Amino acid sequence: MIFNKSLKNILLVIFATLILSACSTAKKSGNIDGDVYTGKETVEYLASGVPDRIFFATNKSSLTTASRATLRKQATYLRKNKNLNVTIEGHADERGTREYNLALGERRANAARDYLMTYGISGKRLSVISYGKEKPVNPASTPLAWSQNRRSVTVKVN
Amino acid sequence: MRRLLIILFINYLFITKSFALIEIDITRGNLDPLPIAISPLHVDTKSQSFEGLKVKTLGDNISKIIEDNFRSTGLFNPLKKDAFVQKPDIAHLKPRFEDWRLIKAQALVTGKLLVKDGKLKVEFRLWDLAAAKEMTALAFTTTPSNWRRVAHIISDKIYERLTGEEGYFDTRIIYVSESGPKNQRVKKLAIMDQDGANTKYLTLGNELVLTPRFNPTNQMVTYMSYFRNMPRVYLLDIETGTQEVVGNFPGMTFAPRFSPDGKKIVMSFAKNGNSDIYTMDLGTRLVERITDHSSIDTSPSFSPDGKFIAFNSDRSGLQQIYVMRSDGSGVKRVTFGNGIYGTPVWSPRGDLIAFTKMRKGKFYIGVMRTDGTGERLLTENYYQEAPSWSPNGRVLVFYRETKAGSKGEGFTAKLWSIDITGYNERRLKTETDASDPSWSSLLSK
Repeated sequence: MIFNKSLKNILLVIFATLILSACSTAKKSGNIDGDVYTGKETVEYLASGVPDRIFFATNKSSLTTASRATLRKQATYLRKNKNLNVTIEGHADERGTREYNLALGERRANAARDYLMTYGISGKRLSVISYGKEKPVNPASTPLAWSQNRRSVTVKVN
Repeated sequence: MRRLLIILFINYLFITKSFALIEIDITRGNLDPLPIAISPLHVDTKSQSFEGLKVKTLGDNISKIIEDNFRSTGLFNPLKKDAFVQKPDIAHLKPRFEDWRLIKAQALVTGKLLVKDGKLKVEFRLWDLAAAKEMTALAFTTTPSNWRRVAHIISDKIYERLTGEEGYFDTRIIYVSESGPKNQRVKKLAIMDQDGANTKYLTLGNELVLTPRFNPTNQMVTYMSYFRNMPRVYLLDIETGTQEVVGNFPGMTFAPRFSPDGKKIVMSFAKNGNSDIYTMDLGTRLVERITDHSSIDTSPSFSPDGKFIAFNSDRSGLQQIYVMRSDGSGVKRVTFGNGIYGTPVWSPRGDLIAFTKMRKGKFYIGVMRTDGTGERLLTENYYQEAPSWSPNGRVLVFYRETKAGSKGEGFTAKLWSIDITGYNERRLKTETDASDPSWSSLLSK
């Protein structure tokens, strides 16, 4: 009986461990929320703590909570560096027609630009260019690569 | 009375034509390709040499091109030459019909050529073997360096006579040549004959170029270039190499195409995150805004009568195909099937729109009537898009990409063609990887 109880406990612990490890592997291998990339693998930095890029869901140009947080950091950085101008490059993944992706990249870059402007950055400092699906950062044909490629990147011009 | 007689006579001509024995039914696929014997053209012994041209084998080479053209249609079955029963010069005078019928040929092409005084003189005849008579014949003179075009022009004449439709062999395809790793592609404009010969590169690869399209009335091209990092629509004269930006837009212009009369360019202009469709008259430089909607409107394509424009919009949420009058009025959504739709291209015959469809991770090239009914998906693949019509509206050329491995390895982009019946899918030979093909009109028209 006691043996049985301890066995049950052991089994419970094993079971719980299995669930937890399953959770942690899912989080780790995913780095995707919905289908928006949430990892840091491809991210570069304008300055310490200021990520250069944000990520989008398939066919979408809406900003996620995380994207808005990144853009606010960029806005703060741009306010501190008044002479700095940037280009915002909009990109799409490879799973769409070329021409539509050019338009989508432009829409994504402008979504980032509009948000920066609401935080007081002059539109004159923020130029925009779309590359559509022409410049993937990750050349693989996987959902992870596509999520890393659906991005807008803020690049210093001067 | 005399007029009536003339009309009767004309009718008589048409009737005899339509009752010819070996007309090909091309409304169906290549279920039963017509056996055709293409005899080498006889080279006249009086022929002289010409600037590095192999005159002796010219007859064989021309006949080989004709043969390859016919095989590529899927509608014909060119027979092996070792079974041929008559010498080219004798067959050209008068075939022994019963002998040719023995090798199961139904049609026979014969011809001869003469290279003299810097000129190439060619004549050919098409014979109906069952009816034992000549169906058509033609002779013409040109410069010898034009010999490949001669083969294509002959192919077009024979195709026309046997199918009742205009040919598409004396044409070129402009496309984007691709090289380098997937995340650092170098792209150049390239042009080649329809059969893959005579490839020429029109840009050096210093800047990204996309979506070249032929003017349907001449050999001008419109395309998109990232020259000086300003993505804009350009106009290129292939003969002179001169190019210019189309219009003076304060932002990205893309997805250009000519109007059917070649006088306007229709394209998208992106501003503040919104893409709308504009036209620019190349003569008057007048710019007109055609759509005004907060959604993405792109990939415009004129109907061949110039009255309508098909385009791609995500105003309903995802990409769908819409048709409007060319002034922008009367916008109507035409695709309602499962999946999302892009790149509508109006057939030169006017009756169909070709498109790319995306559904459940697969890409399809298809055709439908211009009101969106009668959808037929011709080919399914991992990735393919951007159909372009052969000038007779019979074949589509498009590009296809393969799935890449984790480092981008295994990625290719190639040109493919398919008959609108869904038969005869084949890869076009290109020197490099290739995408964004556009088919020219007939050069000799």
